[in-house]
Amino acid sequence: MKLLLAYSFANLTSAIHSGLSGSMGNETLVLITEMVITGICLLGFLVILSFFLGYMERKVAAFMQIRLGPNRVGPKGSLQIVADTVKLLFKEGLTPDASDKFLFNLAPFIVVVTSMLVMAPMAFAKGFQIWDLNIGILYVSSISSMGVIGILMAGWSSNNKYSLLGAMRSGAQIVSYELSIGLSLISIVILTGSLRISDIVMSQQNGWWLFKGHIPVIISFIIFIIASTAEINRAPFDLAEAESELTAGFHTEYSGMKFAMFLLSEYINLFVVSAIAATIFLGGWMPFHIGSWEGFNHIMDYIPSSLWFFGKTFFIIFVIMWFRWTFPRLRVDQLLNLEWKYLLPISMVNILLVTLIAIMGWHF
Amino acid sequence: MFLKDYFSTIYKSVRSLLKGMKLTGYYFTHPKEIVTEQYPDNRGTLKMADRFRGEVVMPHFEGNEHRCTGCQACEIACPNGTIKIITKQELQPDGKKKKRLDTFVYHLELCTMCNLCVVACPSDAIVMAQTFEHSVYDKKQLKKILNKPDSKLMEGVE
Repeated sequence: MKLLLAYSFANLTSAIHSGLSGSMGNETLVLITEMVITGICLLGFLVILSFFLGYMERKVAAFMQIRLGPNRVGPKGSLQIVADTVKLLFKEGLTPDASDKFLFNLAPFIVVVTSMLVMAPMAFAKGFQIWDLNIGILYVSSISSMGVIGILMAGWSSNNKYSLLGAMRSGAQIVSYELSIGLSLISIVILTGSLRISDIVMSQQNGWWLFKGHIPVIISFIIFIIASTAEINRAPFDLAEAESELTAGFHTEYSGMKFAMFLLSEYINLFVVSAIAATIFLGGWMPFHIGSWEGFNHIMDYIPSSLWFFGKTFFIIFVIMWFRWTFPRLRVDQLLNLEWKYLLPISMVNILLVTLIAIMGWHF
Repeated sequence: MFLKDYFSTIYKSVRSLLKGMKLTGYYFTHPKEIVTEQYPDNRGTLKMADRFRGEVVMPHFEGNEHRCTGCQACEIACPNGTIKIITKQELQPDGKKKKRLDTFVYHLELCTMCNLCVVACPSDAIVMAQTFEHSVYDKKQLKKILNKPDSKLMEGVE
């Protein structure tokens, strides 16, 4: 039992590496094989994740609306999303006549690829990171900004006024909320002193930043959660899709597999944004430690780190879903008003506060 | 002044948002409140509301009596000709002949369950039943005769 809890992924990865380099001579070939294996594992994980998130979304939505969710297909409705995916696969992927064919077909791929690329620096468990680069947080922030290109492409190439309107609104929304996200991320980077994700997680060994950095970090956290739900076009900020208003906004003209890719990217984005919040504010895979209470910390260490990470991430995903089924949708002017007049000034003042407490050492 | 308004706006909006979240959080944690009727599974215990409009029936009392005088008010009130009344002249005990009901033809396939016939009836002869499972394989089964054979009008009904 103790062996299982203290299992380190470093053993598995080094075993695979030595096994591969034993059978193949060339170092580059080993590297390429490892990359392919990692890619396949990641893709498998993401597909299973999107099934699970889709099911969770529908069940959470139902319980919050005093009704049952899907409960006929499979035990307790668990195979409903599989049925939906199969249905989407069978649909005809129609390309409108006067659309810009190249961009129309390219847009879903860009959106999905940028979502998946952000998974690279995520630390899922102790020692379980695909790529621990020295500018982890900057990488995450910049790659997720590239998703806007895919959305604008989709809206423009559909040759449809309403798709274009939806895409423009979405573009404006994402670009504005990125500022608040960036400033929230910076507040933790100031406290940690490093952009590297493993450094940020290790610095939370004596407590999560949410508790160590009291008031300014709590404000940062709240702003981050609000700005990220806007960034992923979700919850009260989904005017771009506006399921009951603009038909489906920028992805109106898409059907079949291409539409499924937009859906997939939405769920992956949801997971990524929650994982980032969990990593930088709630300590990633770091168990709940309190300062120098050795005994308590030691007990907390027995719970596997992957369980901590996924527990925190799914808690934040639940909060974001809670937002969706509670709040009415914001109009586009209210949305931009919220960002430029409220979130951004508060973020900027918050950065000053965080810098002050970092310099003075007024955090735990 | 502007700053005071700014912060009071923030405070008030956060409070109302949290109030909303409290309600949905309450619904999420109390699955006993779920109102969904799991239909085919609960057919044994299903009870519809009192005012549920299923199909039109003519209640018969002891002695095989009903309250329909054959006045045709329901036939006139029905918006799409679902009811067809066939009357006959019946010899009364005191020698006079009166119009009485012979057959009450009710086309269930045309009925919109609008309740106008029940409201129009002056002697409360027809009511809406609570059955709703009317699907049949043969359309001829949907043309119903509402008065039972050998039934007669109850005493004292005008």
